Amino acid sequence: MRRKQACYGRRVIKGDQVSALLEVRGITKSFAGVHALRGVDLDVRPGEVHCVLGQNGAGKSTLIKTLAGVHRPDQGSIAWQGEVVEIPTPEAALELGIATMYQELDVVDGLTISENIFLGHELARGGFTKRSEAARQTTELLRRLGHANLSPHTEVGQLSAANKQIVSMARALSHDIKLIIMDEPSAVLDTEEVKNLFHVVKELTSEGIAVVYITHRLEEIRQIGDRITVLKDGRSMASGIPVADTPTADLIRLMTGREVANVFPPAVPIAADAPLVLDVDGLGLAGVFSDVSFTVRAGEIVGLAGLVGSGRSEIIETVYGARKATAGTVSVGGKKLRRGSVVSAVEAGIGLSPEERKSQGLVLDEPIFVNVTLSSVSRFAKAGFLDERAERKVASEQIEALELRPANPDRAARTLSGGNQQKILLARWLVHGTRVLLLDEPTRGVDVGARAEIYTLIRRLAAAGNAVVIVSSEIEEVLGLADTVLIISDGRVLQTLPASQIDEHGVLDLVMKGTAA
Amino acid sequence: MSEPLTTPDLGGPPTSVNAPSGRNSEKTGLQKIMSGSVGRNLGLVLALLLLVVVGAVTAGESFTTFSNALVILRQASIIGVVSIGMTLVIIAGGIDLSVGSVLGLASIVATLAAIQDLADQTHWIVMIVIALAVGLGAGLINGVVIAYGNVVAFMATLAMLVAARGLAEILAERRTLIVEDRGFVSFMNSDVIGVDVLIWIFAIVAALGWVILNRTTFGRRTVAIGGNREAARLAGINVKRHTMWLYAIAGLCAGIGAVMILGRTTAGSSTHGQLLELDVIAAVVVGGTLLVGGRGTITGTVFGVLIFATLTNVFVQNNLTSSVQAVAKGIIIVVAVLLQQRFAKPGGRD
Repeated sequence: MRRKQACYGRRVIKGDQVSALLEVRGITKSFAGVHALRGVDLDVRPGEVHCVLGQNGAGKSTLIKTLAGVHRPDQGSIAWQGEVVEIPTPEAALELGIATMYQELDVVDGLTISENIFLGHELARGGFTKRSEAARQTTELLRRLGHANLSPHTEVGQLSAANKQIVSMARALSHDIKLIIMDEPSAVLDTEEVKNLFHVVKELTSEGIAVVYITHRLEEIRQIGDRITVLKDGRSMASGIPVADTPTADLIRLMTGREVANVFPPAVPIAADAPLVLDVDGLGLAGVFSDVSFTVRAGEIVGLAGLVGSGRSEIIETVYGARKATAGTVSVGGKKLRRGSVVSAVEAGIGLSPEERKSQGLVLDEPIFVNVTLSSVSRFAKAGFLDERAERKVASEQIEALELRPANPDRAARTLSGGNQQKILLARWLVHGTRVLLLDEPTRGVDVGARAEIYTLIRRLAAAGNAVVIVSSEIEEVLGLADTVLIISDGRVLQTLPASQIDEHGVLDLVMKGTAA
Repeated sequence: MSEPLTTPDLGGPPTSVNAPSGRNSEKTGLQKIMSGSVGRNLGLVLALLLLVVVGAVTAGESFTTFSNALVILRQASIIGVVSIGMTLVIIAGGIDLSVGSVLGLASIVATLAAIQDLADQTHWIVMIVIALAVGLGAGLINGVVIAYGNVVAFMATLAMLVAARGLAEILAERRTLIVEDRGFVSFMNSDVIGVDVLIWIFAIVAALGWVILNRTTFGRRTVAIGGNREAARLAGINVKRHTMWLYAIAGLCAGIGAVMILGRTTAGSSTHGQLLELDVIAAVVVGGTLLVGGRGTITGTVFGVLIFATLTNVFVQNNLTSSVQAVAKGIIIVVAVLLQQRFAKPGGRD
């Protein structure tokens, strides 16, 4: 918390009262009679990091969009630097000095960094862009953000998610910005990149720019937050409480309305005679990873731990046949799978819950039951004709078993929270009758309250005789769930060992060394 | 584990996530009605009724006869049949620009076969089979190039559009080939229970299309591929093979269209079906199918086809030129798409 004190010291303080930059009072917003916001207070001071915490559906997105000029509030007031204002359009928000960094970054892949930054307010004379001036200013902005190494002429499509965020921030700074809203910026970043992000946030606040930081990761709030506003069901449960004085348990209670112990369910010992289900032998993908071998027995959970870019996601995608292996074999129950064939993997009983749930896992506009039966739809058909009633029935059974909410098989998958969307994918493979479950980032975008539920489910799936492989960027999660851990670095398996024999530091240590070597 | 889990097997923890409830209803009442399949088609029904009223008022009794209704349906039938295949392709996120050329080619190949030797010795059914086979074959080529060659559908079918038309011209040597077979011509121009065979063919193809889309695994997978291709692939659906068959179906529909046009005009011509693809795509889109895929109905397409056919009829009855028709068509397309964007936004807010 050293940094935070430094921040307080830098602020312009008149007496005890810090003048608020933004004051939101009693905002409500409803869509066709459904209340998304039922009364939200939020005040943001210059140069602070104000965290907004809340589960999916708590109203975070609506609040952001209200401030960004996308939605207009039904009631309540917004004051900016002491004056009541209206924010009818995104342009108006920018004019006031409010920039928003959405989760789905709004950068244009085909344009260069410099072109992206000045998109919409190009530096031009008589319709001709001033390219060198734009490049110069871009370099300046990137330096302010501690990324002088990026060239203004690089195409944004070639950048990592982390660097795209930097571009998005630089674009915000290219306007005269006093407040920047970041919607779960860490969701797509790994540990190292998050550190970098925090560094940039610090740079911004030291210039007096306020940051509203949306997240559901409590540990991040501890690291960078000054004050917190907690949203639940469209209301601010607590507004502007200092980070330092608020115990984590209180935050969780405010967020969920109940006590949550974020513990992993106890491991179930694997039966001594549990059969070998998945056998990966010498698997390789040219240029990405090589010589990956491991086995998973029925009831066992194997975790792949490594940084982003280590090849962990690519490994399980290759096991699944979504990428075509260039070496090695994958066998299920002793039967070798055809390389690069998802169809053959699914037939053999492998199921994948992909990293990007929305873009790779779900048909978002289709109802829950369609998504649940997607892999086994032919089983609900006679001579090609579907029996939707049977589909709904089976989906309803899974909804009940997995406590999927809302418990309505006809709801579009899009309308569900991250945790419930994850359950749809689990249900899909349960219905299909898998023996091997590959779970890539099973709790990404799942809020704290629902995580424990997913953990318990994964444990139970293993206990029911499935072989489970899990990949997560949260090492704690891998260690907490897995029986056996593979430490992956730079496309190689550094070590395979029981999860009980290593802790988070040990893993990081190995990974760092492995990369350096 | 090979059986779906049941409740006692997997109770899950006692807590549950407070999932947003009623989130789906964040639309105005009108939007809600309009976004359902019933509602969207309701809009089309209203549009069609409006046209009928305009027709009845401006053209009077010559418009409001049963025989004129048959004229409209006959007019609609060929575009209609081709539109059904196109609907499936577009729902899956694809496009087929070659249908008009394929129809022309199939009409030429079928008549050539009938003119040469075959005509006297074989039944006209052979001619039909040849037309269908040409359509199916061209569609399969499209499908293979798109699915397995990873060529963008727009380009692959554009190439087929050009090539098939050219091949038809070579084969026809710029002649119009008269269908000599009286049996075929009289069958295609006969009626069953007072309704033309052509209209029956349209009705049957539309019904089959509806069943395929709404009641079969093939239809379900088509929607899934259009809604999220990658998710469909990772769910274990053989997306490539499925895509190939979709274009084959579109080609087959063009083949059926060729048979119909042979019956109607009693001649095969390399100019048959020129610019047909545009009318077909317009009908599908006006019918509410999203060009990006994942959403669309056969019923909507049928209405889209009928709206354009009725429009043409109303204009003809009022002695307006085809140029005026074209302008009106363009306006209808834009208005229909604007209305769709307004009322049928997919999904929820987040």
